[in-house]
Order: sequence, then structure tokens, then C-alpha cells
Amino acid sequence: MKQKLKSYNTQTYLAYALIAPAALYIVLIVAWPLLETIRLSFTNSSLAGEDYVGFENYQKMLSSKKFNGIVTRTFVWMFFSVSLKLIIGLIGAVLLNANLKGRSIFRVLVMPPWVVPIAIGMLGWLWLYNGYFGIIAGVGMRTGILDGPFGFLAYKQSAFISTIIADVWVGTPMVTVFFLAAMQGVPRDLYEAAYCDGASRWDRFFKITLPQITPVIITMSLLSAIWTFNSFEIIWILTEGGPRGATTTLIIDTYKQALGNYKFGRGAARAVVVMILLTLFAGFYLALLARINKKISHE
Amino acid sequence: MNKYNTFEKILIYSGILVFMTFILLPFVEMFYASLRPLDHLFRSPYQFYSDDLSFWAYREMWNTVPMLGRYIFNSFFLATSVAVITLIFVIPAAYSYARFKFPAKNTSLYVLLAINMFSGAVLLIPLYKVLRTFGLLNSYQAMIVPGVAFLIPTSIWLLKSYFEKIPIDLEEAAFVDGASRVQILRHIIAPLSTPGLVVVGIYAFIGAYAQQFLFAITFNQKKEYMPIPSGLYEFIGYQSVKWNEMMAASLVGIAPVLLVFIFLQKYIVEGLTAGAVKN
Repeated sequence: MKQKLKSYNTQTYLAYALIAPAALYIVLIVAWPLLETIRLSFTNSSLAGEDYVGFENYQKMLSSKKFNGIVTRTFVWMFFSVSLKLIIGLIGAVLLNANLKGRSIFRVLVMPPWVVPIAIGMLGWLWLYNGYFGIIAGVGMRTGILDGPFGFLAYKQSAFISTIIADVWVGTPMVTVFFLAAMQGVPRDLYEAAYCDGASRWDRFFKITLPQITPVIITMSLLSAIWTFNSFEIIWILTEGGPRGATTTLIIDTYKQALGNYKFGRGAARAVVVMILLTLFAGFYLALLARINKKISHE
Repeated sequence: MNKYNTFEKILIYSGILVFMTFILLPFVEMFYASLRPLDHLFRSPYQFYSDDLSFWAYREMWNTVPMLGRYIFNSFFLATSVAVITLIFVIPAAYSYARFKFPAKNTSLYVLLAINMFSGAVLLIPLYKVLRTFGLLNSYQAMIVPGVAFLIPTSIWLLKSYFEKIPIDLEEAAFVDGASRVQILRHIIAPLSTPGLVVVGIYAFIGAYAQQFLFAITFNQKKEYMPIPSGLYEFIGYQSVKWNEMMAASLVGIAPVLLVFIFLQKYIVEGLTAGAVKN
């Protein structure tokens, strides 16, 4: 009987056969295009055709001041956006974790920005940011902070900040929900013991909650960094990377080069830079995940 | 221990109020704008009060955006197709990961996670060329084919955890008693995994609904195949946007996903956060 059972869950060929369709699909639509992107980055491919050009795309790209500015901008944009998501998400999770009336409703109400198609949420933000008729400019004008209409998306600095705020709006709900779930996973007896020892609410938060959810905080920081880095729709709909390039991140620049100008080769070189950076992020993330898992299995 | 005094309660509730205002203000303002006549909206500075609220924009939007009905249908059609195709690919794979031991199992699971991190934007160029070669540009397939690829990884992880919850003893007992794999699939796995399949299917549906912009604006120029987000985006470019109708159309476009999500949020959130919380 043992023998027979063993044949039930160790049939490797069957295991592979079941995975094959999904694996093949991923190879065809994700893996192969990744490799093809690398190849294209060494050509001057356009709608007209393609020729091998060696490292020309890379040389041009790396020696251009504009590109270096874009890389710096991407990381600054990312830094602010991710930090805000984590801070606001953590505060939100603490608030919604408080054992008060109505919290189950609030927990549902945080989620819409996460679920709704980003593009449609951004149509709403376009209206909010409207310089003449929008509510934000309106409040500014009525309180005297602004002395007249102000197009938030029309000036370099304000557009940069406005796109960050919209990105934080999209990303915060998910961070909040994950932090909240992690907080609820903290064993209750830890709190009870601390409470008996006379620990204050702050103590309990900083000495129990925070250390206990640190793995989730680290995981979420990396994941949000990756998603924020990949953020396309938010900037594209609000500013298309403008005004005068002020919100052009790497992803936006890649898109503009490749599909705005149909310079596939140049776009591909940028995509390769994006891929390298993403691979680094992903490597960090997976290494971390493996370490956390190892720790857990040791305990 | 979990008692709060009045001061703490006020503090927490005001914190929640500020937080919720940030999260919900855009939706509230979209809804409010959709009820107001256009000449009230086009006053500067912003008027907080309108006495003339009506659902007029919800009737008029069908004329202003003539293809709106078609866009809504397309969004549904695309999301449903993507969800169904994703499930077809994911079910056997997730089952295999949940039940079999084989070489490279963990590595390939992590590779799946890594794939999740590449956005479609990086792959657009070769995908564009492939779709062009096969004559699939400007069609439903142009949006379905890449859409499925980016939902497969998470869906496998999600469904795998559901399959793992089905006790393997049930299957083994049936197997020892001489049941065939097909019989086991039909009589044990299928009925027990239905709730998991529903959740993963809905996750894929919502995901597919949400991702209908990048692929849609890149691979499809034909109005008759456009989903709501890219369909409405076209109208923003024009000089004078009829904001009340635009907001009305946006809300009608997102209402279905929002409703589905609100009814099933508990299961979806549980499934998605399970991995993170175990860690």
C-alpha cells in the first residue's frame, strides 16, 4: 500500500505535464519577449526594419544628460512615494486595528483605490487637480493659500508632487491591508503579558507590534518599491511625463521612446536598464523571502 | 486592556476621519460632480454648494460618449475572458504545485514571483512586434493574450494555497481504494475546491478589469474593442471636457467591480494576505 501511495504523489512526469501549459504560456509571453528586448537593444529597429548597431543605443543613452536626469528623478519619485505609502499605511493600519465601533466598515472602505482600475481613479484626480475648477485649487483660493487659479499639473514641481500623491493614493490601501493582517496575526498573549507587566500602549506598540510585523514591513517596502518603479498609468494619464519632462520616469521614457516615436531599439535599451534594476529588486526580495522562510522553519 | 478613554477615542476617530478623507475624497467628489450641472462645475473658485443636483449626466453621457455601452461590454468581456483563460492554465499548475514533489519545484515557484515584478511596460516592444506579425493588433486578443500572462503567477500562488487546504488523506484513501485520478478529480477535488476557484476567478476578474489601460492604449486603436478606461481617456484630450458626464461614466464603469469586491472582499483579502501573514 505504501508503494502504491508513493506512486500517487511522486509522479514527476505528471507533475510537469500539469505545469507545462502555464509554463509555456509564461515563456512565450514573458520570457521570450524579455530576451527579444535585449536583442533589440543592440539594433536600430523601427517600423522600417532593423540593423545591428552594437552598443550605440547604450552609448547614446548613457552619455545623454537627459537620461541621467531621468534615472535620478525616478529614484527620487520612488523614494517619496514608497516612504509615504509605508508611513500612511502603517498609521492607517494602527487606526483601523483599534478595537472601536465601525472598524469593520472602515476596513472595507479603505480598499476602493486598490480595486478600481487605476486609469479611472486618475480621471477623478485630473478633475481634483484642475487649476480653475477643481476642489483642491478651490480650497486653496478660498483659504487664501493660493492667490488665484493654480494648475497643479502645469508646473514642474507641483506636477512632480501631485503625481506622487496620486500614486500614494493608489498604493496605500494595499499596504494598509497587509499591515493590518499582520497586526492581527500577532499572538494576543504577548499583549496580555505586557499589559500585566504594566506596559503602556506606546510600549506595547514599539516593543511588541512593530518588531512582530517587521518582516511584513520589509516585504511590503520592497514590493511597493517594485510597483512604484513600474508605475505607468498614473503619470501617463495625469501628465504624460510633462510638463517639460518633470514627471518622466524610466518607465514613461521607455514607453515614449518605443511607442511614441517607434524607435524600438532605443526604447529596448531603456527597457533593459529597467529590467536590470528590477532584477536587482527582485533578487533582494527573493533572498529576503528565503531568509524569512528559513528562520520560520528553524523555529 | 482594549478599553479606550474618551480622549483616546476622539483621537483615533479623528485620525480615521483624516485617513478616510484622503482615501475616499476622489470618489465622493467624482460622485458629487456627476450630480451637478456643468455650469455649476465651471465656476472658479470651486463652489461647494449646488442646489440643482440631478442624475441628468447619467442620461446625457450616453450621447456624449456614443460608444459607452460598447466600452462597458468590452470591459466585461475582456475581464471575463482573461479570468476564464487564466483559470484554465492555472488550475492544473496549482494542483501540481500543491500535491507533487518534484525537482526545481521551489525554484520555479520563486521564478513565478519574480515574473510578477516585471511590468508589461518592459515587454511592450517585442509584444507589439509579435502581435503585429500575427495580425492581432487592434483586436480583443491583443489585450487578452498579455493580460493572462501577468495574472498567472499570483493566481497559481493563491490557488495552490487553497488546494493545500484539502486534506491529502481523502485523495490517498480513494486512490488506495482503486479510484482513478479522473474520478478523484471529479468527486473529491472539484467539489472541495470550488470556493477557492471562485475566489481566484474573481481575483483574476478584478485584476483583469484593473489592468485594462496599458495594453489597451498600446495594442488597440479600434474604438469598437476599447474597454472603459481607454475609451474614456480618449475624451479627456479634448478641449472642453464635460466633467459631470465624464465622472458619471467613470462611476458606472467601476460600479460592477466595486460591488463584486465589496461582497467578496473578506475572502480575497484573506487569500492574498495569507502568505504574508504566515511569514
